[in-house]
Amino acid sequence: MHTLGLPPELADLQRRVVGVASGYGLDFFETVFEMVTTEQINTIAAYDGFPVRYRHWRFGMAYDRIEKSSSWGLSKIYELVINNDPCYAYLLKGNLFVDQKLVMAHVYGHCDFFKNNAWFAPTNRHMVDELASHAVRMESHARNHGQDKVEEFLDSCLSLENLIDIYAPYTPPKRRSDDEEETGREVVRFKAKPYMESFINPPEVMAEEQKEIEAERDARQPFPERPERDVMKFLMETAPLRPWQKDCLAMVREEAYYFAPQRLTKIMNEGWASYWHSKMMTEHLCDTSDILDFAERHAGAMAMSGEQINPYKLGIELYRNIEERWDKGRFGKEYDDCRDYDAKQRWDTGLGEGRKKIFDVRHTYNDVTFVDTFLTPSFCDEQKLFTYAFNPQTGRKEVTGRDFGEVKARLLQQLANGGQPIIEVTNGNFGNRGELVLTHRHDELDLDANMAAQTMQHLHRVWTRPVHIETILEGKPTRLSFDGEKHTSEAI
Amino acid sequence: MANRIDLDHARFRNIVRGSIRKDLRKHIANGQMIARQGGDTVKIPVPQIDLPRFRFGSNEGGGVGQGDGEPGDAVPGDEQPGQGEAGSDAGQHELEVEVSLEELAQILGEELELPNIEPKGRRQITTEVNRYTGLRRVGPSSLRHVKRTFKRAMKREIATGRFGPSGGVVIPIPDDMRYRAWDPKTIPESNACIIYMMDVSGSMGDEQKEIVRIEAFWIDTWLKSQYRHLETRYIVHDAEAKEVDAHTFFHLRESGGTRISSAYSLCNAIIDAEYPPEEWNIYPFHFSDGDNWSGGDTARCLDLLRSQVLPKSNVFCYGQVRSTYGSGQFKTDLDHAFSDDEGVITSDIPDKEGIMDSIRDFLGTGK
Repeated sequence: MHTLGLPPELADLQRRVVGVASGYGLDFFETVFEMVTTEQINTIAAYDGFPVRYRHWRFGMAYDRIEKSSSWGLSKIYELVINNDPCYAYLLKGNLFVDQKLVMAHVYGHCDFFKNNAWFAPTNRHMVDELASHAVRMESHARNHGQDKVEEFLDSCLSLENLIDIYAPYTPPKRRSDDEEETGREVVRFKAKPYMESFINPPEVMAEEQKEIEAERDARQPFPERPERDVMKFLMETAPLRPWQKDCLAMVREEAYYFAPQRLTKIMNEGWASYWHSKMMTEHLCDTSDILDFAERHAGAMAMSGEQINPYKLGIELYRNIEERWDKGRFGKEYDDCRDYDAKQRWDTGLGEGRKKIFDVRHTYNDVTFVDTFLTPSFCDEQKLFTYAFNPQTGRKEVTGRDFGEVKARLLQQLANGGQPIIEVTNGNFGNRGELVLTHRHDELDLDANMAAQTMQHLHRVWTRPVHIETILEGKPTRLSFDGEKHTSEAI
Repeated sequence: MANRIDLDHARFRNIVRGSIRKDLRKHIANGQMIARQGGDTVKIPVPQIDLPRFRFGSNEGGGVGQGDGEPGDAVPGDEQPGQGEAGSDAGQHELEVEVSLEELAQILGEELELPNIEPKGRRQITTEVNRYTGLRRVGPSSLRHVKRTFKRAMKREIATGRFGPSGGVVIPIPDDMRYRAWDPKTIPESNACIIYMMDVSGSMGDEQKEIVRIEAFWIDTWLKSQYRHLETRYIVHDAEAKEVDAHTFFHLRESGGTRISSAYSLCNAIIDAEYPPEEWNIYPFHFSDGDNWSGGDTARCLDLLRSQVLPKSNVFCYGQVRSTYGSGQFKTDLDHAFSDDEGVITSDIPDKEGIMDSIRDFLGTGK
């Protein structure tokens, strides 16, 4: 075990926590803790947890925000851990000892999740090195082409970074349509004696007809053949980019894919870590004198905050609910069909599969399937979930109801596609003018039109020809366009 | 590592500064910034700094929350009407950045190309100030440097083996005590005093006062960046002049005639009583709509300025705010009388948009 750089009492603690965690069956990468000051942790947090990133002002912006809210005491970063083998996690110097226990316990929950959840399986486990090498590559591009130029292009790449197909790493590559049968018109050739051939089927006419048919087929052949959700990949392959630009785009895309599973499993991941820190602390690690401090920290992290679902809270409660249901056999047809309220309240088949079940769940599910499968009406009630909407008359957000179906539908909508709109490339040669058309698969929520317009400027910088996005705004199908100078919008 | 983030951070601040500078005219015309002032900083909304993304619009669909409440109740925690976002992780659209007044003055200076002010050259006054820069081994308890003392004590205890990972306590002995020590430093002193005078007669409406208020804020900001010590005094006048505090100055509304000379003589009296011109850089600013009671009073004003106020001041500034009722005659009179005197600057402020040019008129001479 790696305890280098930790003061002896924390190294001891780490050994203890590892023992306790393994005792519960948690299975994690080796984890390296590092002691850092507040200033250092703020820096690292601005870099999304990594010590070395390429140079870009947005990290400076993140730092500005984090640093201010930390120095005003509005927020404090307790825990930071990155998905890597070995996992790296940071301990804040000067924290109470009980805080360090809590952080370590929580971190091992995350590490187990990183290692075992299927959605993290395709992620690069040497991302620390990879990101450092990205930094070096960016640096060399900056040296060759100028920092401003590279940074400006990075702005454009970053503003497109959510246009990836986050489910792509989990689906087998699509089959090429080459093997599909070509059907279509063929050149008609009349029957003729050999000496009449050139008169009945004159070669120049035949050739012309052949050309016509091919042109027709080309016109029918869409480009790309299928709508492409990985817009960044499409741009990399087809946009007129210089090699360094392609490289920048590739790096941004790779990083986006690395971070995507964390968005897909926020509730599950935080819930899992919270479930385990709570178990480990209360059953093993807390001394009597720690209990109050621990309870306060834990309550703070689990606080409900009105208009936002707290992923820690929802996650931990769902795991506990699942554990209870599988311990008592409260699932399946018999239980669901039971109409006797009292019997249901007392239902306990003594199944005792709860712990095993939650380990299975953490292995295969992501937030969408997690909520879809395990959110039950009674859970919804207990947790006081509600739907809300903006009321333009009162100018505030108001509770609209507590109907289970609606709560669940809303929640799933928020989680679908990691909370990002689904946008695909549908035409890379619009109007045969080499213009790019993206299509937003509209599902109740409109795009922010103002933001979209700004993003299209960045898209245009990469594509260099006019760009369009088809979406629905206020119920009307609309095509927003940007040709490099002005924005237009037309109904379609 | 700290180095890297500092580079990124500096770059971000530069972008913010660039954005503020670009929209400076808008920011100046929009008085909001002053209301957002807190201590030494102001909050400025800077649109379009954060990178845009294709994302869902705000406030449309609502979402799912957790907590108490009946249908129709406000969502817990959403007290301010009309703010907030839908969805689970939407952030603020408009970024608000905090800028120190000093930085703001710098931006103003760059954009308006204001020269740095050269303090009046006739004297060099120096003052001695004490700066706590060092440590010494004796001193009063009130100056004890606790951290250093504790560090020394800890080192000693560790070295003697009485304190370590296994336990022990750190008890400082007299030898460990460290006290802050000061060094006297001599620095050139340059103090400045702004005396704002405003016409509050019936013809000065709310909009005119708002313009004065905004302009005063920026003049303050600039001069503060130029002088270590800046004092501000306020005089209002209609037919009579009196000294008031800042709040009254900007909010008072009187009605009555206008005798500008009353203000000038009060200004002169304040200077004589409290700000000897050898030690102070004095900036009288007068804002009015340009109506004066009579030609006779205007003559008195000119006389007061020429014989009393001007010789004592760095520069005398007169800003004429355009109003529906004012004749604007006073500026013409001033310009006529002091056409060859660099110590008098007059400026016409037609509306809020004109504030920036007027600031340039006043401060562009570097006096």
